[in-house]
Amino acid sequence: MEKIPILRMGEFLLVTIQVDMHDRLAIALQDDLTNRISQTGARGVLIDISSLEIVDSFIGRMIGNIAAMSRVLDAETVVVGMQPAVAITLVELGMSLPGVKTALNVDAGMELLRESVNDHKEAEYGSRI
Amino acid sequence: MATMLNQQTTSLASIIAKHKSEILSQWIREMSSATRRSDLIKDSEVQSQCARFLDLLGDAAPAGSNIQATAYEPLREMLGEVSRRRAQQGFTPTETATFVLSVKRPLFTAIKEEHAKNASEMATEMWSATELLDSLGLLTTELYLKQREEVIRRQQEEMLELSTPVVKLWDGILALPLIGTLDSARTQVVMESLLESIVQTNSRVAIIDITGVPTVDTVVAQHLLKAVTAARLMGADCIISGVRPQIAQTIVHLGINLLDVTTKATLSDAFSLAMKRAGLTLVRLDANKNGRAKGENQNEN
Repeated sequence: MEKIPILRMGEFLLVTIQVDMHDRLAIALQDDLTNRISQTGARGVLIDISSLEIVDSFIGRMIGNIAAMSRVLDAETVVVGMQPAVAITLVELGMSLPGVKTALNVDAGMELLRESVNDHKEAEYGSRI
Repeated sequence: MATMLNQQTTSLASIIAKHKSEILSQWIREMSSATRRSDLIKDSEVQSQCARFLDLLGDAAPAGSNIQATAYEPLREMLGEVSRRRAQQGFTPTETATFVLSVKRPLFTAIKEEHAKNASEMATEMWSATELLDSLGLLTTELYLKQREEVIRRQQEEMLELSTPVVKLWDGILALPLIGTLDSARTQVVMESLLESIVQTNSRVAIIDITGVPTVDTVVAQHLLKAVTAARLMGADCIISGVRPQIAQTIVHLGINLLDVTTKATLSDAFSLAMKRAGLTLVRLDANKNGRAKGENQNEN
């Protein structure tokens, strides 16, 4: 079965989705990612979905779930590179993914992760939402 | 019955052939007294149109009075041409239909002359001619309206394209000045062009300016919120600016929740906020110079 690679970059994890997501793949990713976060003690996760062209409500919900789970494991999640068509689809489906941080590209996403992790380190609580 | 009808229309054709020049001259006189628009159309053009109409009517009349028949195709095409031209030239629907309907009087005169001895034949002949001309007149009006609708549709499309410009204010700051009422179709175009430009220019902040939107109701607000949410999903911040006092009142009265969206009263406020978020500040150069000059003067003193 195909698998989505999870790369480690310092204290962050980098997930790039290069294939069209189907339901089983999304569940496998959720499993893998939560395991890797707890193994590595990562402080942030960056999910690049710039190659993702088709989403449905299930995949949308999975993205939201993955972000919520990482937050429970004390890792910030940033979703980057969402295509306009995907964004419109999600909005039309009524999924605004509240609580998920987004950025335009990997660069901006990394910057955002570093900022929020630094904020987190500076103050034990009171992170920005 | 059918053969009778055919005979009548055949005789109509022969009447037209026989009295063509009289009908033509009387028709043109008729038209010039009723609805001649010499400011819109040349006499020679009207004359040639009338002559062609009579020719084609004479050709088609033997096929019966059903104008959908294939024999009437050249005539239908010709009328289509005429009404298209007149719609473009600015004729009213009445004036366009009168082109066909005003042929009645000269044609009836010709029929009367031909059937002077037999009253009942004259009546049936006139009736079939009236029927035929009426349906041709209606066809002309219909084609005219179709042409006008085409013009309206094309203008609507053009307006849709023209009314959604996305402008770049600064590196990473986009503005989308909205003008006119927002409906679903327009919002779709607006949203798509906004999101496309965000990707193209790599902008982190987009300002949606609604100064030119006359009214904001729940539907419009929902459309705006959709655009803002979609932009946020892609990683760009949206600021809504140009909220007029009346619109602010309406929004609150309608109970629309805009708490998650940054709103500003004017575009310039939104722009300075966007600059701040991008880590930029504006500094007046000569103010600095003046200040320093003053400071130096004071030191000298």
